[in-house]
Amino acid sequence: MKIIVCIKQVPNTTEIKIDPVTNTLKRDGVPSIINPDDKTALEVALQLKEKHGATVTVLTMGPAQAEKALREALAMGADEAFLLTDRAFAGSDTLATSTIIAGAIKKLGADIVFCGRQAIDGDTAQVGPQIAEHLQIPQITYAAAVDYDSEREVLIVKRQFEDRYQTLEVSGQCLVTVLSTLCPPRYMNVWDIVDQDEKEIGIITFADLTLNREDIGLSGSPTKVKSTATKQFDKTIETLELDAESAAKTIVDALKTRHLI
Amino acid sequence: MAKNVWVFCEQRDGEIQSVAFELLGASRELVEKTNEKVIAILLGNNIKEKASELIAYGADEVHVVDDERLATYVTEPYAQAVTHLAKQYEPSVILFGATSIGRDLAPRLSARLKTGLTADCTKLEMDEQGSLFMTRPAFGGNLFATIICPDSRPQMSTVRPGVMKKLEKDNSRKGEIVCDSITWEESKFAVKVVEEVKEIQCVENIEEAKILVSCGRGVKNIEPAFEVAGKLKGMVSASRSLVDAGVIGHCSQVGQTGKTVRPEAYLAFGISGAIQHLAGMEESEFIVAVNTDKNAPIFKVANLGIVADAGAVLKELQKIL
Repeated sequence: MKIIVCIKQVPNTTEIKIDPVTNTLKRDGVPSIINPDDKTALEVALQLKEKHGATVTVLTMGPAQAEKALREALAMGADEAFLLTDRAFAGSDTLATSTIIAGAIKKLGADIVFCGRQAIDGDTAQVGPQIAEHLQIPQITYAAAVDYDSEREVLIVKRQFEDRYQTLEVSGQCLVTVLSTLCPPRYMNVWDIVDQDEKEIGIITFADLTLNREDIGLSGSPTKVKSTATKQFDKTIETLELDAESAAKTIVDALKTRHLI
Repeated sequence: MAKNVWVFCEQRDGEIQSVAFELLGASRELVEKTNEKVIAILLGNNIKEKASELIAYGADEVHVVDDERLATYVTEPYAQAVTHLAKQYEPSVILFGATSIGRDLAPRLSARLKTGLTADCTKLEMDEQGSLFMTRPAFGGNLFATIICPDSRPQMSTVRPGVMKKLEKDNSRKGEIVCDSITWEESKFAVKVVEEVKEIQCVENIEEAKILVSCGRGVKNIEPAFEVAGKLKGMVSASRSLVDAGVIGHCSQVGQTGKTVRPEAYLAFGISGAIQHLAGMEESEFIVAVNTDKNAPIFKVANLGIVADAGAVLKELQKIL
């Protein structure tokens, strides 16, 4: 079984603060991490490898410094790692990104592709299903549990919804997007940390892929960012310092004035 | 030429989900400048009779695909049905709820139809030419980006439930119901549903509350909140910290990783107002905040802010209501 895990290096958004003076994002010094859902996707792949035998390849697209995320994945136990990097990829929206990643997966070959459900910097959850469509393989998103029946050669996935879950089965190739709540990812292994130093990270550029230039980067991106803004607050603020009794009365009066009680 | 605004109307067990009505309401506003039609897309099994409900909530036309293959949600049959309709009728816009169904289906379709998709929008606007301006939060709600899809149609977007306003139901509204049939490619139905299990339902849906009594870390005992909510004919919701602490279920969580609410009154007790929480409630009509820290960010969005001990104020409310 050949498994590819798609990962993304993201800024740790919980540490991003807004500069109160300029009202812009302070991104300097914010550490980069493997996106949490993706890290769990890697854990799921490594568990399948241990139980059923498989090769686990990690794939990421990004600038040269994304190598750090791949090194961490190797140190967790991935067998090989590839970095998709090229100026031609810059400016890609989710559709163009998925076209590039699908192009690399076609080249590398995979029985199962795992992705995280969504990345904490964009929160779109779009690239996984879009890759699956480009590859013409089925998708299962929001995976809360993954198992493999080696006798029947069937992947069994618990698919989470807001109010229910489904148990789904699929045989043959497929792409699964994983929730970080599925299981905690393992720590890097001492021996793998040593070993990964000796491993080469494969570099994949536009020239290595069979893609049309107009399908990637800015030209391959149907969506454009028109403008961005940081959060603005424009409420009329009335803040009173009151004891509990008068506070309660003030709240009741305010609700009565608005005919809410 | 592509025209009209479509709403993918999500149903579960034959019940149309609230987000579908919200999107119909939002679409009515969108087409004001273009005079296009608002068209509801309804997929399911034995679902035809529900179509008139969509007209009552603002659809000019409903396209129904009533087929046993659509009884429960699975990506491929749903994707085939919407692709079939979109190729036949060429909509200018398709909106989906940003639910675990919409966020599975919409990206699959965007790649199949080779068009753009914007996720989790909180604001939609349209100009006279029918271009859609889709605004969404990014970086954990720290940044808002407005996205356009200038050269590809349909323009597609998923929209967070609870953000848009549904219209009052009007059973006298008139509209057309069209039943479509699909040529299925069943060889592509590779994913099999072995079982479907409903999990403990939220007893109350906080998205439907008129008044929310919402508690955060500053509330040590949540019991009075339930009594106050009961007396106000409201419901209790909470910030993430109380959900993580196991005090109240995830069903009741307001914010980026919980629900987006816009009640007529949102009473925040002991909630400091992390940006992720504000993203889920700042559209409420009237916001009251009670917190001991007068610098808490929640006061920035409150209409009435009171610096006091939240627990003590809840106890007082219990007495006087």
